[in-house]
Amino acid sequence: MLTLAHFLTLGAILFCLGVAGIFVNRKNVIILLMCIELILLAVNMNFVAFSRFLGNLDGQVFVFFILTVAAAEAAIGLAILVVLFRNRKTINVAELDDLKG
Amino acid sequence: MNGSLLDSVNIGNWMLIAPELWVLTMTCVILFVDLYIKEERRGIIHLLGMITLIFAAIITLRGGYLEEGATQAFAFNDTFVRDRMGDVLKAFSYLVLAGVYTYAKFYMRQFSLFRSDFYTLSLEALLGIMLLISANNLVMVYLGLELLALASYALVAFDRGSQRASEAAMKYFVLGSMASGILLYGMSMIYGATGSLDLAEISTAAAAAGSGDIILLFGMVFLVVGIAFKLGVVPFHMWIPDVYHGAPAAVTLFIAAVPKMAAFAMAYRLLQSGLGGLHVDWMQMLAVLAVLSIMAGNLAAIAQTNIKRMLAYSTISHMGFVLLGMLPGTATGFGAAMYYVIVYSLMSAAAFGMVILLSHHGVEAEKLDDFKGLNRRNPWYAAIMAMVMFSMAGVPIFVGFFAKWLVIKAALDAGLMWLALLAVIFSVVGAFYYLRVVKLMYFDEPLAESSIEAPVDFRAAISINGILMIGLGIFSSALISVCMSSFT
Repeated sequence: MLTLAHFLTLGAILFCLGVAGIFVNRKNVIILLMCIELILLAVNMNFVAFSRFLGNLDGQVFVFFILTVAAAEAAIGLAILVVLFRNRKTINVAELDDLKG
Repeated sequence: MNGSLLDSVNIGNWMLIAPELWVLTMTCVILFVDLYIKEERRGIIHLLGMITLIFAAIITLRGGYLEEGATQAFAFNDTFVRDRMGDVLKAFSYLVLAGVYTYAKFYMRQFSLFRSDFYTLSLEALLGIMLLISANNLVMVYLGLELLALASYALVAFDRGSQRASEAAMKYFVLGSMASGILLYGMSMIYGATGSLDLAEISTAAAAAGSGDIILLFGMVFLVVGIAFKLGVVPFHMWIPDVYHGAPAAVTLFIAAVPKMAAFAMAYRLLQSGLGGLHVDWMQMLAVLAVLSIMAGNLAAIAQTNIKRMLAYSTISHMGFVLLGMLPGTATGFGAAMYYVIVYSLMSAAAFGMVILLSHHGVEAEKLDDFKGLNRRNPWYAAIMAMVMFSMAGVPIFVGFFAKWLVIKAALDAGLMWLALLAVIFSVVGAFYYLRVVKLMYFDEPLAESSIEAPVDFRAAISINGILMIGLGIFSSALISVCMSSFT
């Protein structure tokens, strides 16, 4: 039988993977975008699980909003990525080091 | 809470969000008008932007929406709240944004960036700011925040051909989105612990549960981290210097001046209106964040030779002071923090306005050395910059002094002696790099002898902005009482 704790653990694992991915990854900006998406999906998992076990629909409504915003966020992220690649001819995270101080 | 479907058709709801509707409508109008006008007539867009702000201010300040004896009015099943604090912060957002437009027009003309995108994106960001200020529900907080954030990411990348700007936009995007994710994770925990997304219901449930509920506490920690990211306090400040440095000065001006007021409102709504019952717990977290940012911000700013970076670190320390005002959790504390954040917005608008003023021929005046001998080139502009720097340093008579004094007093009243002492010591440290700018302007030889040209509206705006530094200081009681009365 699946309990709330199972879902929360899954959400926590996904969330940690997402955050860790952002900090560990030094190679590719696209992977950063994927990690951000993963964080948002982990949150969705939490909301749906809580919503189901609390018997309250608000959480599931929130998930729809998050999904919509995540789509807009991905669009802006990819647009910035295109601008970045046009200007610098690279999307390697380690090479994004012009700004320092 | 007990709203039915019919309730949302109620005309009163729409009256309450009239300022937001107006800004939204005008954003769309500007988007359309831009399609049909010639490039040399872009001034119309600027005019429309100003008209938007003026009428938004009139609609917001008209008031009369409160019922007898009430301090708040709710709309759309309590997801949206109008109160005095929100109205004051919105009015100052319009005022500062109007200043930003005046400065930015001059900048964009010089750098051939004068496009309507700046106006539509910043108005969208303003809409996000307004929704965030008035949010009374976790969904609303999230939507307002994202509207503000997404528009800001695009604004930073506004100069499409700039390597630095696109790098800054990418860093801002990744860190900002991660912060939103962390904030959301906290919201999901709080929803799980309290079973509601409504801040009033969360407040009741949190007060009943107290510090004993692990899930609630967990959610609060994530929430504080998310807020800290958005305010830009140490150790979640790493995006601030890079974004301030990399973005075009007009965009830096916007990002530095306007969204901080919304971040303060968000922190107030989430921590005080929502999690007021956990005050003891979040106070300790805010205290650590405040100390770290006041220390690290002021120390790192000393080492900077780039004025945009220097002002970025100074922002970090100012946000530490704002947290200092918030952490007692009292009405006077929040009033002091609100006063500080408004004063900070006016100061940073003037400081970045001066950076824009000295920029010429497509080169930004971002080096500290560009300010050398400014007194020789133009005594009045040097005097304005000196007033801004004195105000930021917290020299008495200037408005920044009263802001610092009030938050430190709030911390003292709460019995946080050591915090207040640290804040005073590091304001003295901070005075060093502010006064260095004054020294460069008055005692060094200028690098260029060319006179400083600016259109008349720019000169008027920067002069008023500079005079406000001392005017609001001498007549400080009016604005202070407005802020204090917002939290009774």
